[in-house]
Amino acid sequence: MDFALIPPAGGSFWFIPAWIVYTLIPVVGITSFLYIIVMRLKPMVLAAPDRSWREFLGETPQRIYQVLKIWLLQYRHPRYMSAGVMHILLFSGFLLLGLRSTELMFVGIKSGFHFLGPDGFIGAFYNIVRAYAATWVLAVALFAIYRRVVTKPARYAVPAKYGKDHTAEAVFVLCLISTLVLAEGLFEGSLVAAQKQQGMEAHTLAPLTLAWIFQHMLAAASKGVLQSVHSAAYFVHDVTFFFFLCFLPFGKHFHVVTSVFNVGLMRIRRGNVKPVQYGVSDAQLDDLDSFGVKKLEDFTWRHILHFYSCVDCGRCSDNCPANAAGRPLSPRFISIKGRNLVFAKYPVWGAPKVNGDAPMIGTTYEEDEIWSCTTCGACEQECPVGIEYIDKIVDMRRGMVDEGMVPQSLQKPLKALEKRGNPWGKMEKKRAEWTKALAENGIAVKELNGGDQAEVLYFVDSITSFDDRMQAIGQATAKLIHATGTDFGILGKAEKDSGHEVRRFGEEMLFQDLKNENSDNIKETGASKIVVSDPHTYNALKNDYEGLPPVEHISQFLLQHVKKGTLQLKASGNGNGEKIYTYHDPCYLGRHSGVYEDPRQLLDAIPGLKRVDMLRCRDRSFCCGGGGLMLFYEPEEEQRMGVLRVKMAEEAGANVIVTACPFCLVNMEDAIKVAGLEGKMEAIDLAELVAAHTDA
Amino acid sequence: MDILVCVKRVPDTAENEIEIKGDGTDIERDDLVYSVNEWDNYATEEAIQIRDDKGGTVTVVTVGDEEAEEVLRRQMAMGADNGILLSDDAFEDTDGRGIASILKAEVEKGKYDLILTGAQADDGAAQVGGMLAAMLDLPYAALVNKIEVIDDKKIKVGREIEGGNQELNEIELPCVLSIQTGINEPRYVGIRGIRKVASVEIPTHGTGDLGLDAGSVGASAAKVKRVDYFTPEMGAGAEMLEGSMDEMVEKLIDMLKAKGGLK
Repeated sequence: MDFALIPPAGGSFWFIPAWIVYTLIPVVGITSFLYIIVMRLKPMVLAAPDRSWREFLGETPQRIYQVLKIWLLQYRHPRYMSAGVMHILLFSGFLLLGLRSTELMFVGIKSGFHFLGPDGFIGAFYNIVRAYAATWVLAVALFAIYRRVVTKPARYAVPAKYGKDHTAEAVFVLCLISTLVLAEGLFEGSLVAAQKQQGMEAHTLAPLTLAWIFQHMLAAASKGVLQSVHSAAYFVHDVTFFFFLCFLPFGKHFHVVTSVFNVGLMRIRRGNVKPVQYGVSDAQLDDLDSFGVKKLEDFTWRHILHFYSCVDCGRCSDNCPANAAGRPLSPRFISIKGRNLVFAKYPVWGAPKVNGDAPMIGTTYEEDEIWSCTTCGACEQECPVGIEYIDKIVDMRRGMVDEGMVPQSLQKPLKALEKRGNPWGKMEKKRAEWTKALAENGIAVKELNGGDQAEVLYFVDSITSFDDRMQAIGQATAKLIHATGTDFGILGKAEKDSGHEVRRFGEEMLFQDLKNENSDNIKETGASKIVVSDPHTYNALKNDYEGLPPVEHISQFLLQHVKKGTLQLKASGNGNGEKIYTYHDPCYLGRHSGVYEDPRQLLDAIPGLKRVDMLRCRDRSFCCGGGGLMLFYEPEEEQRMGVLRVKMAEEAGANVIVTACPFCLVNMEDAIKVAGLEGKMEAIDLAELVAAHTDA
Repeated sequence: MDILVCVKRVPDTAENEIEIKGDGTDIERDDLVYSVNEWDNYATEEAIQIRDDKGGTVTVVTVGDEEAEEVLRRQMAMGADNGILLSDDAFEDTDGRGIASILKAEVEKGKYDLILTGAQADDGAAQVGGMLAAMLDLPYAALVNKIEVIDDKKIKVGREIEGGNQELNEIELPCVLSIQTGINEPRYVGIRGIRKVASVEIPTHGTGDLGLDAGSVGASAAKVKRVDYFTPEMGAGAEMLEGSMDEMVEKLIDMLKAKGGLK
C-alpha cells in the first residue's frame, strides 16, 4: 500500500520505531485504566449487599427497556431542552466515534488498519457519519464551554457550604473532547491534502466536516508541514485519548463509563423502600447488629455506583422542593459529597485521606439535611442516569434512629404511634368518631373489628380519622362509596396508622409492628378490595405491605363508577362559572404510583368544570411540604414548600387547588393563609369536590 | 462516676384524656397509656452523657408495680447500665415521704456519687428529690438545667432564674439533684432498642431486701392522704370562647384589643 505521508506506525521517535511507542501508549493507558477501575470497585466490594442477582436478572426485560430508553435514547434529557439536546449530540457523537477511536489506536501499530473497509458501503457510510459526528461534537463542546463560562446556568452553581466551583473540571474535559476531534480532523485532513497534492487517489471527505475544513486549509502546505501535522495530530490524539480514559474515574465524567450500568441497575418497582438489609427478611431483623447507614460501607454497592455516576448536572436539586424552600438539602450534593468521601477514603494511590469508620452524620452529611427530605421523588424522576435518593435518605434515617439521633419534634409523634397507633396520641376508641356525623344523615359506616365483614374496606388512616378538618375527606369518601351502592366498612378502633411515614422516617421496627397488626386486621375483614383516600396509605398498603387484597385510591374507584354509570355527577349549582380548578398531583399518587389520569378524568367528568394544569404537574409535580411525620418536623427553611406551590397555582390562573391527599390539603390550606391568598385561592380534596357534585 | 437516676412511670398527658372517676378517688385508668415521666427522661439522658464523658455507671430505679419495669427497660435502652425495681405490696398508696424513704434505703445499699431525680412528675408534687436529699443528709440542688463536672469531688450546677438568666453553683459530691427539662435533648428510644434489653435481668427489691419495716411505708404510714379529685368550678373571671375556630380567634382579638393587650 502506498502512503502519501509516512503513517504513524511507520515513523520513529529518534531511534525507536513509532509502532513500539504506539503499542506502549495503549498498553500503559489500558493497564492504568483497569488498575483505577479495580481501585474504584474496592469500596463497592466492601459495601453492603444490594438486590440479589437473581432479582436483578428476573427483571431483565424491564432493565433492557430502561437501558434503551434512558441510556441509549436519552429519554430524560430533553426535559431540559438546550442542555438535553446538547448532551444527546455529544453522547451520540461519542458512540459513533468510539469505533473510529479504537481503529485509530491500531493505526499506530499497523499502518492502514481499519475495521470497516472504506470501499465497502458500510465503511464509506460510517466514515461520513463519524466525520459529521466529530464536527458536531466540536461545535457542542465549544457551545458547552460558552455556557459554562459565560451564561452559567444557575443550577451548576456550587453554594459556598458545599465547596468550590466545579466549572474548571467541566471546561477541562470539554477541552479534552475538543482536542480529540480536532486532532482526528487534522490527522485525516492533512493526509487527504497530501494525497491530492501527489495526485494519488484520495478518499472523499464529507463537506464541511472538520477533516474537510482542514484539508482545504492545508491544501497549499508543503509536504513537510503536512507530515508534521499528520504525525503530531496522531500523537496528540493517542495520548489525549488514553489520558482522558484514565481521567474519567476521577470525577463527574466517570458517568461515561458507569451510566450504562447505573441505568441498567436502577429501580424498576416504584414507591417502595429498600429493606433494612438485602437478604434479611423482616422476621430476621432482630438479629441485625446495626440498622441503617452510619458509615460509608453501610451503603449498598449500587449506592456507591450512584455516587460514581453523578454527572453534577443539578437537575435533581433544581426539582427538589426542599432545596427550593431553602432547606439544607440539595440531592446533588448527597451524591457529590458521597463521591468525595469515597475518593478520600479509597484513593487510587496513597493512604486514605479520612479516618476510618467515623460516622458520616456530622462529618459528610448533617442531621437536618437528612430529615429535610419529604421523599417526594422529584430528584429520582429527573436524574438522567437513574440515581436514587430515597433509599439512601431512609437508610441514613434508620442509622440515626438506631443511634437515638431523632429531633425532639419527631420523638413525641413516634412515641404516640407506638402507644396509640396514631401520631397525635389520640385514644384508639375515638378513631371512628368521624362517622357519627354521617350516621346522623342516615349513612351507617360499619366497623369491621368485631368479626363483621364487607366487600370493600375503606382504610382511613390517622389524619383523616382524627384531624377535625380532614375528617371531612373521610366523610365525603364514605358518602361516595355508599352512593355507589357498595357494601363497605372501616376497621375503626382496630385500625392503626399505616406507618408509611414511620418507615420513611427510619423507624423500621415500629413500622413492622403497625404493618403486622393492620395486616392481620385487614385480612380478618374478608374484604376483596381496599379503598383509600390518602396516597400515603395507598403506597403503604400496595408497596410496603404484602398479601393484601387489591388497593384502589378513591379517585380510581370513583372513576370506575362514573364510567359504569353507578355514580352520576352533576354540574354545581353556582359558582363554577368563575372557578378555575387545578389539580395538584400528590407525590405518592403521581410520581410514586403513576396515577395521573384518573383524578383528572374524574374532574373532567364534572359537567362544566374548568381545569388548567400547573407548569409543574404530573411527574414534575412540586411537593406540598410532605405528609405524616413531616407535619411535625420543624425544618430550617426560608419559606414553605406549600407557599411556593400555591403561587404556582396562581400563576397557572387557577383559584381552586384540588388535591387528592389529606396532607396536601393541610399544607395547601396553611400555605394559602401564609401566602396571603385567602379569599383568592381555595383548596379542596377531590372526594369533597366530587361529593358536592353528586346527589349523595 | 456512678449515677443513680430515680424515675417514675406516669400516664402520659399527651396521649391520654384524663378523666376523674365518679367517686373522686382517682382518675379513670382503664384506657391509659403510660410512659416515663418527662423530667426523669432528661435526668437519665444527662446521666448517660456524664457517664459517656467521664466513665462510670448509670443505674435507674423506680418505685412501682411490675408494670413499672417497662420504664426501666426504656431507660436501659437509652443507655442506662442497670435497672432496679422497688416493688412490694406494702408500698401501695405510699405518700411522697414514704417514696423518699424507700429510695433512701436503696441508695444506701449502693455507692453513688450522684443521684438525679426529675424536678417533678406529671402526676406528682415535686417533693421526693428534696426529701430524699434531706433523709440522706446530702447536698441538694433543685431545678438544675446545667451540669459541669469539675472533678470526682465537685460539680457545678446551673439553674434558670428570673428573666432567663442563669445561676451557677458549686456543689460537693455525692449530692442529689432534681433535673429540669431542657437540660439536654434526650435521645430517641426505638422499638429495636427496647427489644435489645427485653431479656436483661432487672432485680426487684421489696421491704425485706431494703431492710424496711412494712409499717413504715404504704397507706398506713402515709402522713399526706388524698381526700378528693375533682374538676374545679369555673371561676368568675374565666370565659370560654365558643364558636368556630375563626370566630373564637376573632373574639379573642377583639378582647385583647379592648383590654389594651393588642394595639
